[in-house]
Parts: sequence; C-alpha cells; structure tokens
Amino acid sequence: MKYVDEFRDAGVITKAADEIRRLVDPERHYRFMEVCGGHTHAIYRFGLKDLLPPNIELVHGPGCPVCVLPMGRIDDGLSMARDPNVIFCAFGDMMRVPGAQGSPLQHKARGVDVRIVYSPSDALNLARRNPDKHVMFFAIGFETTAPSTALVLMRAKAEGAPNFSVFSNHVTIIPAIRAILDSPDMRIDAFIGPGHVSTVIGCRPYEWIARNEGRPIVVTGFEPADILQSIVMLLHQMRAREAKVENQYKRVVPWEGNHAALRAMAEVFELRPYFEWRGMGFISQSALRIRESYAQWDAEQRFQTPGVRVTDPKAAQCGEVLKGVLRPAQCKLFGKECTPESPVGALMVSSEGSCAAYYNYEHRKHSPLTTIGAPA
Amino acid sequence: MCLAIPAKVVELFPGERSRALVEVTGVRRHIDIGLLEDDPPVPGDWVLVHVGFAMSKISEEQALDQLQMLTMLGESEAALEEVQGYGLGERAET
Repeated sequence: MKYVDEFRDAGVITKAADEIRRLVDPERHYRFMEVCGGHTHAIYRFGLKDLLPPNIELVHGPGCPVCVLPMGRIDDGLSMARDPNVIFCAFGDMMRVPGAQGSPLQHKARGVDVRIVYSPSDALNLARRNPDKHVMFFAIGFETTAPSTALVLMRAKAEGAPNFSVFSNHVTIIPAIRAILDSPDMRIDAFIGPGHVSTVIGCRPYEWIARNEGRPIVVTGFEPADILQSIVMLLHQMRAREAKVENQYKRVVPWEGNHAALRAMAEVFELRPYFEWRGMGFISQSALRIRESYAQWDAEQRFQTPGVRVTDPKAAQCGEVLKGVLRPAQCKLFGKECTPESPVGALMVSSEGSCAAYYNYEHRKHSPLTTIGAPA
Repeated sequence: MCLAIPAKVVELFPGERSRALVEVTGVRRHIDIGLLEDDPPVPGDWVLVHVGFAMSKISEEQALDQLQMLTMLGESEAALEEVQGYGLGERAET
C-alpha cells in the first residue's frame, strides 16, 4: 500500500490490518459491501485490498448517484433545455454523462445553453441574474445532497422566483440496500455504511438491516484507518454472531442525523412510488420528487417531459456486479466495449463507480496513476 | 460533487443567518449554513462543506486530517476548483 507511511495514523492502520488477520476465520469467505462510491474510490486509491486477507472480498455498492441515474433521465432533462429560453445547469460530474441523444457537454457544443454549477444555490443566483431566461437545475444525489436542493427550493418559493426550476433526480439509499438484500442471488455478509449520507439521515434507518436481515452494518469514515477499523468492527460482530448498527464515524455522524436537513427535505420532497436505477431496474419508493406545493419550481410539473426510457445493453452485467455476484473484471464488456472513456454500463460512468475505479487503479496498475472520468 | 470539503468559518453576517464566509486553503468563499440552523457555527469553527452547504461541524484536527486525505486521494485540486466555483454564490445585487 503506497500511502500508509504518509499518514499520521500509520500505526493505527498496521494495527487494524493485524487485527483483521487475527479475526478472520480462514475457513470461510467474507463479502462486505461498501455502499458509498466515496468508499469505493478510497479503497482503490489507497490500495486497501492489499492489506486484507484474500478471503475478505469488498463488493462495491450502488452509492454513486451519477452511476445509477438512468440514461433516459438525462435525455428528459436535456429535452427541456433545447428551448432557447432555458439555461440548463448541473454539477460538473454530469457534463460528460451520455444520454441517448448525447451528453450535456455535447448539447452545449450544439448551441444549447449548458452551464456547470458547483452548488444548487448558484443555479438560483443564475436565475436572479438572468431574469429574461428560465434556469433549470438538473439535481442529482443521495440524502447528502438533497437537503441543499430543498433549501434552495424553499428560498425560490419565499422570494417567488419566477424563472427557476429543479429537475429532481434525487434518490434515497435505504431502498437500494433493500433491493440488494431482496435479490435472490445476493451474497453480502455485512455492510460498510455510508458516511456523509449518514450525517443527514443518522444511523437509525439502518436498524432493520441488522434486526430483520441479520447483517451487521458499520457507518464508516473515509480515511484508510476508518475503513479498516470498520472491517474490524464487522468481524467482531460476526464472530460474536451478532448483527447491529455501529457508528465508526462518530466524529462527523450524529446517531440521530441532521434534523434541520431532514426538515428541509420533508418540506420540499415526497417519495416517488417507484424510480428506475441503472443496473438495478425499478425500485419502489427509492427517489424524491418535488411536492405539489412547490409545483411552480418543479421542472417536471412545469414542462412536458418525454419520459424517455433507454434500456441498458443486455450484455452489460452491472446488476450482477452491484450484488456481488460478479467482480468488475468478470463482466463480459469490462475493459473491452466498456471503458471509462466510452462507458456502456452504469458503473463505468463516474470515477466513483466500481468498474471505473477498478479500471483506473487495478486494470492500469502498471501505468502511472491517470484517472479517467475524475470528478469535475 | 460527492466531495466533502473542510472549511474554516471566518465571518458571519448579521441579518443573514444562512450565509457564512469560509476559508479553504487560502481561498475565501461564501457558503450556506442553513442546514446547521439548529446548532449554528461561529467564526473559528470548522465545517464540512458539500455543494456549497455546511453539512456538519467538525474539529480542527478532523478538518486537517480531511484536507490531507483529499490531497492523497488526488482530489485537492478538484476540491479547490469546486470551492472557487462557489464564486457564483455571491448574492446578486438586489
């Protein structure tokens, strides 16, 4: 592992790695899913797998909002942007993500007014500065990001912004975990729980995973020592035949979450009956739409959306990789038709997707560190 | 966008409860602290910033660790670019 020595807590890392080796049962195989794309990225970047015994397998979960967004939603969002009166804005991560009719960046090249924003409040500011245009913010993200969009919508309503709307693609993490656990070929023993999502939702929403499904889950920070300590905690639970929710990331995540953020989300959003996830299909109550009381600022209620559906190519085995049935390199398309430069499947789309992370850090191990599709 | 960036609160603005001036490795930008309204930060506090909004208060030690980690993840430039991008977030003159 390349970076251990640079860390102030190098001693902690070595100790945790030793303890993991002491705790594992050599007779069995362990599959731990890290739910969050940020963890996937850190695991590859720091080469954490090199510190783990070979019978611990890390399965990379659905927690990358860019990856799981169905292609048709991009086409829907961009279809509204073809109106010359509309400014389409989105986070930089979205710019190269292909829709069936091309990416936002390709639309920009065709003359559509496409702009990068770094914050949803910048989108509202853009509307204030361009009173003769309509500014549409293409919103993505889990519960980490949704409260920010919600606050901006509350401000837009308070000031009666006439020329601003949000196209919501916000999703929620719990139903995705449920879909993985409900799948018949699921093979996950325990979960490394998301860190920043949990600053908002807290730890309680995971309790059913332990209680009903008998799977340990540890909410985890993003440093190498955090991830290794979390694995130690999971192994302790498994040895004691326990399943509970533990919080390794107490220094950032309060058990009860962030009430102000949850209030903002509840004020503005409601659950959609169902939503499509790339690589996973339709999952019920897994996404957020804008409430009727904010209809004037909801791009979907304000404009006609074609409701484009683009089926993922059958050959791409994203679903199997997500559930831990296949590893990224075992997919038939990996590194051939499907690469970060021209992604076919969901998990190759963003640098936090498991296939892109695997491609960048493992597949190219002998080349210098070049990250394709790095966060914009 | 999935970055969480540690920033030090430099200044608050009377009459504008949701805005704060923060500093990230020498760059100063305005962010929104509306999501911390139950426990608002004061100048000198460190916060984790995500898409221009403070998500939680953190200790200085934790903030410095997080900055070091962003560097090692090769994401400090992306983080700085993001923070500089918040420039758009200056209030429109009204």
